[in-house]
Amino acid sequence: MASLNHPADLKYSKTDEWVRVQGDQATIGITDYAQDQLGDVVYVEIPLTPGQQIGRDQKFGDIESVKATSELVAPVSGEVLQINELLKDHPELVNEQPYGDGWMLVVKLSNPAELNDLMTAEQYIAYLEGR
Amino acid sequence: MTAEQAAAAPLKRTSLYEQHRALGARMVEFGGWEMPLQYSSILEEHRAVRTRAGLFDVSHMGEFQVEGPEALPFLQYLVPNDVGRLAINQALYTTLCLPTGGVIDDLLVYRLEAERYMVVVNAANIAKDLAWFQEQARRFSGLQITDRSQATALLALQGPEAQAILQPLASVDLATIRYYRCLPGSVAGLACLISRTGYTGEDGFELYCEAEQAPMLWERLLAAGKERGLVPAGLGARDTLRLEAGYCLYGHELTEQTNPLEAGLAWTVKFEKGDFIGREALLRVREQGPARKLMGLEMVERRVPRGGYTIYDSDTGGESGSSGANERAIGVVTSGAPSPTLNKSIGMGYVEAARAIPEHLVQVEIGDRRLAARLVTLPFYKRRK
Repeated sequence: MASLNHPADLKYSKTDEWVRVQGDQATIGITDYAQDQLGDVVYVEIPLTPGQQIGRDQKFGDIESVKATSELVAPVSGEVLQINELLKDHPELVNEQPYGDGWMLVVKLSNPAELNDLMTAEQYIAYLEGR
Repeated sequence: MTAEQAAAAPLKRTSLYEQHRALGARMVEFGGWEMPLQYSSILEEHRAVRTRAGLFDVSHMGEFQVEGPEALPFLQYLVPNDVGRLAINQALYTTLCLPTGGVIDDLLVYRLEAERYMVVVNAANIAKDLAWFQEQARRFSGLQITDRSQATALLALQGPEAQAILQPLASVDLATIRYYRCLPGSVAGLACLISRTGYTGEDGFELYCEAEQAPMLWERLLAAGKERGLVPAGLGARDTLRLEAGYCLYGHELTEQTNPLEAGLAWTVKFEKGDFIGREALLRVREQGPARKLMGLEMVERRVPRGGYTIYDSDTGGESGSSGANERAIGVVTSGAPSPTLNKSIGMGYVEAARAIPEHLVQVEIGDRRLAARLVTLPFYKRRK
């Protein structure tokens, strides 16, 4: 796990999503640990459109790797502003740049207090070690 | 995304465990063994085997030696394929059936000497198969059945470059070993049985050696093959490769509830050779025709069919997402994966015989949706010879 990267400026969920907060907006993706566990990502399906509301802990899509299918779970509630269209043709970005071009969703936070329930990088790393 | 729980019993390790760790392999549980899933990426390893070569540790597989004057009649009675046609240093693929025709395991049988055979079984079935062999052996005399699984390692060198990589290290002319033939010899000075067999759909060799010599053999092969692009490959790539090649995997396509005729293995059932366990049941299946058939599935969209998903009939011309009242369950997916070679999602599954028509459109239930798939004949991939 030593080579995995979990930046200090992000928040983390127990279902291995990360959140980057800028003002009232949050970008969401899956962590380096998650992409490493999944292995080669071959398809990301996010059946949402901008304007839709998603709730915390709600499934917002599916991610297919060679060996398994996993659910994507929203770490915060909000209104969908943007979906990463690049992933349709380049799902490998989730492996290559989980915190960069591999992002999945931007939402407008509807309950910023939820951020307090997420983990810091330090807490997330401790959480992974206990897993 | 929950971590896989370790099995209660301690996992067994092959003699190459330290090599796998040193190569940074991701280890997973498989059939009671701690095995390498991947070293770099399943897709990379898959492509390496299709275009160059890959080296697999499959030492978890079991090896039984069956020896004695009644070894042949015993094996003939035990399995549906015709062991009697084997020349010395020849192998065949067969199922091992219950009296019901259900599949206990699928095997390779090698004839090594006139009255000495080696049977290669799946790792998870070693104990079950050995008990079955010993029980059935009571009807025969002078049989010696030895479980050589612990002492035997098995490396699979697979891919179009396999022969070119192996030849400089081998004591025998590999060109003389045809498909499903073998020769005792040595590789890098280490005694091996060199067999032209595999589970990837590519040309290649399987090397049986003493377990304690496997680390040296592994290192020498990897070093010798480096220039030709040989990489270590794990069980992940082994699974996607065998799926493209249309090979059955025990526990998925083959179980005690499936028979070889519905699994597309009629070519391994030789009714004419005489009596064998399961013959009557399989004769009835042949007369009536199998109730279901193993088919290939090609998804129209990118979602991946996985084992256990339900296959529905498609009255709507296969339009995804619809769910008309006339659709009914006609089968079940047994394996699935994205196919790197075809660049689409593929799978295998059992489909009602009346609906098991190539090019027939069906729907696979994935989550809360039904997605269009085309039934196709197996295999998905056949190498150019």
